[in-house]
Amino acid sequence: MSTPDATLERTYREHYGRIVATVIRVLGGDFAAAEEVVQEAFADALTQWPRQGIPHEPQAWVIRAARNKAVDRVRRGVRLGTRVDELEAVARIEQELAPPPDGTEWQAIPDDTLRLLFTCCHPSLAPEAQVALALRTLCGLTTEEIAHAFLVPPATMAQRLVRAQRKIRDAGIPYSVPEADALGERTHGVLHTVYLVFSEGYAATDGPELLRVELCAEALRLGRLARSLLPRDAEVASLLALMLLHHSRRRARVAADGGLVLLDRQDRSLWDCEEIREGLAQLDAALALGARGPYTLQAAIAALHAQAQRPEDTDWAQIAALYAKLCELSPGPVVELNRAAAVAMAHGPEHGLALVDDLDTSGRLTDYHLLPAARAELLRRLGRDDEAVASYRRALSLVRTEPERRFLEERLRELLGT
Amino acid sequence: MRYVLAIYENEKKMSVPPNSDAERAMNSEYFAFTESIKKSGNLVGGEALQPTSTATTVRIRDGKRLTTDGPFAETKEQLGGFYLIEAENLDQAIAIASRIPGAKTGCVEVRPVVNFTNMG
Repeated sequence: MSTPDATLERTYREHYGRIVATVIRVLGGDFAAAEEVVQEAFADALTQWPRQGIPHEPQAWVIRAARNKAVDRVRRGVRLGTRVDELEAVARIEQELAPPPDGTEWQAIPDDTLRLLFTCCHPSLAPEAQVALALRTLCGLTTEEIAHAFLVPPATMAQRLVRAQRKIRDAGIPYSVPEADALGERTHGVLHTVYLVFSEGYAATDGPELLRVELCAEALRLGRLARSLLPRDAEVASLLALMLLHHSRRRARVAADGGLVLLDRQDRSLWDCEEIREGLAQLDAALALGARGPYTLQAAIAALHAQAQRPEDTDWAQIAALYAKLCELSPGPVVELNRAAAVAMAHGPEHGLALVDDLDTSGRLTDYHLLPAARAELLRRLGRDDEAVASYRRALSLVRTEPERRFLEERLRELLGT
Repeated sequence: MRYVLAIYENEKKMSVPPNSDAERAMNSEYFAFTESIKKSGNLVGGEALQPTSTATTVRIRDGKRLTTDGPFAETKEQLGGFYLIEAENLDQAIAIASRIPGAKTGCVEVRPVVNFTNMG
């Protein structure tokens, strides 16, 4: 027997985004009105369920409440995003938001969720606004939660969301799935937004830890959603694989003292086997769909790590080859640095060092602490200790986060034998 | 909805010299584009603009008019012209904007036009 709170929370998590997606459409694209309507419906559930008991069909109850509120809104003459005839609008709302017959699940219209996903990730919205809007509308996170996760004041986040909703209305951003000729490009933007949410949660080494973990979980939810809505898209499957394979290591990545644990020192028994299995399956699916993009290559690299029982079992030659391809496909100094590290593991530190030095003299990564850190590590392995010490010191002068500083200091101490 | 497609190009580094083959080629590219949106029914109007040295900015402050020489804001690119188009939504407007020849060398600002008949 579950409590009203638990049932309500589950209903909210699972259905908020899907219900909002349809209400936005029946209310003519008005995000703010749709959010109010659905939130009021859940608020009613919050007060009524403890008194009247959990309804037999919780989800149908919320949909019925949302429908009544949407109809009220139209009848009260609240101005809609587009001009709609009142009677026509009411009839449409009643038809589109009809609760399911008893004993059946309400099937959200997948097209609506897809519309919502593409609208939240419209390129004419700033990336940070896209992320906020997706978390708020599709995942049902509160403004405070999103503000917390991105370390900005709630008022700033509220303003960002209001501006985004206003821009959708005033600039005429359509509530639709893009035409076939623009779909590829726009899907790329959607994936970028989802990946941004994930990276924000995954890479963070400061801020309220639990909420950051939450961001990764929400990104996975969005990734799974995109995967189910765009089943023929290879890059979507690749991104989901990539996120799952990284996420599978989350418990092994952070030491008890909060410090970062590098891949070769992680306790691999802490890796999440279930997520690894799912990630590998998604990668296979992506490859079967012909995936060859940057997310695919990164997922393939993560998969090779995930499949190594011990660090020494890692197929570094293959990883170095994948990084070489990634450098061609999406060139960038950080990717090149990762490639250098893989080459060092596969073919010897002197080969890796040559690549790092090229990158160093190119001056494209001057303020990035990981360049001298990687250089120091390779010099140490080559027995050039004095140069390694100098490089560690340079890395320490650039490092910004506390756990990474501690990590570098420890390495330096080991080298100096103190 | 109606949209203005504003074309920004760097005046000082004019991408093509006047009276050159390149300029004639650019003009014919513009004529072809104009013709195509006229045919598709998207064109409402549009003009080429004189350089910013001819521009005047007018502001009203405390009910008084202030007239100053020059464009509204100084950046690397200056407004060189605009199209006023009718499009179904922002996506269609962006698609048309990206076909403007100047989008290749400068940028095009897509700005929705206020619809006064739709205001409550």
